[in-house]
Amino acid sequence: MTINRRKFFKVLGVTGAALTIGRELKAAPTGKADIEFRGVLYDSARCKGCHGCEYDCADANNLPVPEPAKNMAPVRKTSETKRTVVNEYNTSKGKVFVKMQCMHCNEPACVAACLTQAMHKTQAGPVIWRGEKCMGCRYCMVSCPFDIPKFEFHSPNPKIQKCDMCYNRLKTGEMPACAANCPNDALFYGTRRQLMSEARKRIVENPKLYVDYLYGEHEAGGTCWMYLSPVPFKELGMKTNIQKASYPALTKGFLYGVPTIFVLFPALLLGIQQATKKDNETGEE
Amino acid sequence: MRENYPLTTDNDGKSVWKFLRDEFKPKGKLFTPFNIISVPVIILGIILIVIRFWKGIGAITNLTQEVPWGLWIGFDVVTGVAFAGGAYVLTFMVYILNMKKYHSIVRVTVLNGFLAYVFYAGALLLDLGRPWNVINPIIGNNFGVNSVLFLVAWHFLLYMIAQLIEFSPAIAEWLGARRIHKILSGMTIAAVIFGITLSTLHQSGLGALYLMAKEKIHPLWYSEFIPIMFFVSSIFAGLSMVIFEGTITHKVFFKQISEKNHHAQNGIILGLSKICAGTMFAYFFLQLLVFIHDKHWDLLNTPMGYWYLLEMLGFVFLPMILFYYSYRRNNVLLIRIAAIVTMLGVILNRLNVTVIGFRWDAAIRYVPSWMEFVVTLTVIFTEIWIFRWVINRMPVLRDSPSWAKEDN
Repeated sequence: MTINRRKFFKVLGVTGAALTIGRELKAAPTGKADIEFRGVLYDSARCKGCHGCEYDCADANNLPVPEPAKNMAPVRKTSETKRTVVNEYNTSKGKVFVKMQCMHCNEPACVAACLTQAMHKTQAGPVIWRGEKCMGCRYCMVSCPFDIPKFEFHSPNPKIQKCDMCYNRLKTGEMPACAANCPNDALFYGTRRQLMSEARKRIVENPKLYVDYLYGEHEAGGTCWMYLSPVPFKELGMKTNIQKASYPALTKGFLYGVPTIFVLFPALLLGIQQATKKDNETGEE
Repeated sequence: MRENYPLTTDNDGKSVWKFLRDEFKPKGKLFTPFNIISVPVIILGIILIVIRFWKGIGAITNLTQEVPWGLWIGFDVVTGVAFAGGAYVLTFMVYILNMKKYHSIVRVTVLNGFLAYVFYAGALLLDLGRPWNVINPIIGNNFGVNSVLFLVAWHFLLYMIAQLIEFSPAIAEWLGARRIHKILSGMTIAAVIFGITLSTLHQSGLGALYLMAKEKIHPLWYSEFIPIMFFVSSIFAGLSMVIFEGTITHKVFFKQISEKNHHAQNGIILGLSKICAGTMFAYFFLQLLVFIHDKHWDLLNTPMGYWYLLEMLGFVFLPMILFYYSYRRNNVLLIRIAAIVTMLGVILNRLNVTVIGFRWDAAIRYVPSWMEFVVTLTVIFTEIWIFRWVINRMPVLRDSPSWAKEDN
């Protein structure tokens, strides 16, 4: 990626665009082996559907207090006022709950989509939105395979709302609000490596309870939030058509073609122009 | 035709001022059918735009959280830019391949392309939630360089500059600025080469924008080849627009066009029709290959499948045959019909990728509100106003003044 970007800038500079200042790109992991993203393991088998995390989330992020739990529809979507929701599904094993929020992909499509670096993958793991950079183009929403970024369509100064894994709490050494307050231990906060070994442990210790699949291990190239479930994930309304490779990779081929065309085309065009010009001149004489 | 050129004949400033003041006065009748229709629409559109900035985008659009890009992006930007593709194709033919036959329509096409970019990029600003941050990707403190949109945004900006340079000799001729005219004319080839390169990349880039929306676009329209499809189709989209626009300007601005160019018009249209037929064949073949490669046979027998077949057979294959047939028969009228069918097909294709096939499975479908249509019409009508203003003043359709010919 780095080489490509440099080339891209060089070419733009040569062609008179005067783009010389570039900054380090943090869309993808930088390749250093010691980076450990943090995330949360959500265990559907433990969640009792108390919706407490929804209230904690609203409280921690200054969002409107959600309606009383008894008035909540069984299946809802996250919205510009709700960064997380807990949904209830009638499955082959009875009632199962599932919490929805940003998955915090390892290589987020939204970050690759953002042309102002407003969407940002932090070294700690959370994908955060920075309002002072965002121009409100909503390309992150178009690109996100999980449909997570939400836009305040009814505001003259609209924000993108999405879970940021309580990044400000993380910086002070606290856990995300939902994980810190879950009364049923359904949310396990830790490094991605810890989440995976914990998840494997639970599956091995209780093979009858869980389906042998860790959602988020490979989805979209791996995510920081991961899910355990007693039923196939399709029954929980989870997107099961998500590709296992990273989404930014889908545009890689095109972006790699850019410097090539930038170098080859002008030369080729100039050549053709010169060739046809001479033809005409000799033809006229 | 005007004989004195103020910037060269009189430099005391007064006559320049007077010249410009006269030029900004309206010319021609005020109550034409176009004015009577367009003025109320533009006024209504401006009111709606004020409401949009006051109450938010949701106040006048039907956009949803699942379909965050609607008519303004799918039609104004993505389709509008495809239609503006005629400028890079024609400059390629005239300046790079030295096909002198098409020289008389280059200027009007470049003007059309330039205005299209200015207005459709302008329409983009209406769609930005936080437009005051639009300078962020330009001034250099926040480069999101691995974003396709970053590339497209920069290319829009640079291509507008390139097109302005390509068109600038006409402005110099209007102002009678001989020395500047010489300099600007000398920059044409460089601007053309730069412009074609940029066009190749951002015409395909508009398709590449949708590459990450892999599961959201109906599989009959999504493939990793969207960028190539968008590029190839922009060639015949642009040329069909040139044929269509030429038909209208030759009627409306009849007086400005010289006898010689009037007679050349049919030959030009025939030539363009041959190119359209050729590129459409390539496009159709590519679509066929992608379809066979993706093996979506089962999807054909669904409502979306019929819709796909209608687009491919009715709006690509049929006009392709029409172009070819009417070229062989020297039938200019039929070519014009083919151009209109092709343009409808391009609109259909771009909307199928960006709006109709985007989240085709969503519970709540996005249907544009009437206000979105009015704003779109406002953008188009304002562009036509400016286009007409320029045509009536600058040597775009009419011949350049005799002093300017040596520079070309």
